[in-house]
Amino acid sequence: MKNYNLVVIGAGPAGLAAAIEAKKSGVDSILIIERDCELGGILQQCIHNGFGLSYFKEELTGPEYAERFIDEAKDLNIEIMMDTMVLEMTASKELVLSGPERGIVEIKARSIILAMGCRERTAGAIAVPGHRPAGVLTAGTAQKYINKQGLMVGKKIIILGSGDIGLIMARRMTLEGAEVEAVVEIMPYSGGLNRNIVQCLEDYDIPLMLSHSVTKIHGKNRVEGVTIQKVDENLIPIEGTETHFDCDTLLLSVGLIPENELSRQAEILIDGATKGMIVDETMQTSISGIFACGNVVHVHDLVDYVTEEGQRAGRAAAKYILGQREEINEPPYSTHAGNGIRYVVPQKINRNSKSETLYLFMRSKDVYKDAELSVKVDGLEILRKREDNMVPSEMIRLKLDKALIPTDGKEIIISVIQGDQL
Amino acid sequence: MNKKMVCIVCPRGCNMEVEYKDLNKIIVSGNHCKRGKIYAESEIKDPKRIVPTTVVIKDALFDRLPVKTEKPIPKNLIFEVMKLINNVTVSAPVKVGDVIIENILDTGTNVVASKSVERVKFK
Repeated sequence: MKNYNLVVIGAGPAGLAAAIEAKKSGVDSILIIERDCELGGILQQCIHNGFGLSYFKEELTGPEYAERFIDEAKDLNIEIMMDTMVLEMTASKELVLSGPERGIVEIKARSIILAMGCRERTAGAIAVPGHRPAGVLTAGTAQKYINKQGLMVGKKIIILGSGDIGLIMARRMTLEGAEVEAVVEIMPYSGGLNRNIVQCLEDYDIPLMLSHSVTKIHGKNRVEGVTIQKVDENLIPIEGTETHFDCDTLLLSVGLIPENELSRQAEILIDGATKGMIVDETMQTSISGIFACGNVVHVHDLVDYVTEEGQRAGRAAAKYILGQREEINEPPYSTHAGNGIRYVVPQKINRNSKSETLYLFMRSKDVYKDAELSVKVDGLEILRKREDNMVPSEMIRLKLDKALIPTDGKEIIISVIQGDQL
Repeated sequence: MNKKMVCIVCPRGCNMEVEYKDLNKIIVSGNHCKRGKIYAESEIKDPKRIVPTTVVIKDALFDRLPVKTEKPIPKNLIFEVMKLINNVTVSAPVKVGDVIIENILDTGTNVVASKSVERVKFK
């Protein structure tokens, strides 16, 4: 059984950044495992511009962003196995891999960084009634067909879900000559960034139907149309609001789920709200020496934050491997989502560790204007911060000075304060 | 003229108010940085966008090469630019930044490769 100091699973932006950072921190014998036939993960099919504004201070396309990290990993001579799938992972850091070149291989690592990313929710996940005709596919699948293989998926398109991938695909399909009839969103607000509504929908006069959903797919062999209905405040379709749209394709942009099959195998603890692993501020999971970063922990909207998270995991894994990790015996602080907050990452914060600047990442449950975020430790408020505009589609990054947390504290709760509570 | 506008320069997407009587006196508010004002002015005088798309590539692992206009081009030329780009076929190898179409439609902007692609020989 071959031994490595560090095995990184996944060569998307999180895994690449993590491996590079670990190498730069002095770790040798690093292996990156990637199941696809090229590096860079989903960035390779995200050919649109808009990546890297905060990290590189310039606007790059997905492939350009990926290439910078791929080049760096290669320059650092980090070993990479492509076309290779990790089939098994144990808590004792033994892995079973499979690939066409090597067959089944068993390896052991001193430390592992999990960077498997996420998957799209599919038609099955949203249970739309009707047959299962050809022409229903996830926005990301359509994106791969068009941008990498040059295959058009349809001519008359309805997009369900207004997440960023859905918006980006509305523009992409239009540019390639398809007619995008509408983007349909069940919530009263869009799931994507404002800038994408402007440059992907408004630029091309594509209607965004908020508080609407697709309630029936017509057609048996191929999609022939859909029924769209308005929904009430409980997201229940309102009778009498049915409208028929002719279309040959329905694209779904209805959310992403962290891909944690391997993590579950190793019995790593998962957060029910993020569907990702529970991590501390160094990105260590519930198993010592196993770290995680990127969309496998929580779904991000900006790759720059994924990169930073990967780097944090890489530095922490390096410390672990080099025997420099501070051992703390006392149980960590735990963070919790209070009123108006859906989740908080990291879920654990170690005590007394001389860690880097502490950032808490979270999403709001609803749209809040002119509200404030309140951080309380065991009922005592330690921080208040104004947030002009909170929307569920935009991750909030809150900087927290660790010195503010009382040493005997236990629970850190973050809540939204609004209206007359202010 | 009063106009509401969402800035598309960065993911923050500032909601801006734009006020102007003539094009030399454009007052912008609501923007959190100076790029917002520059965007708003350009959006009123001469709206421009970067066009990211693909061209056909031979001898490569995938059949399409991602490309983009190096700089934003006038919005009303987007579909014309797409037509020209869709007529192009290149062959691997290609380096990121390689010029695929020079000075497209006399905009002063090149269409460049946004990915390096190695040559692959299929059996």
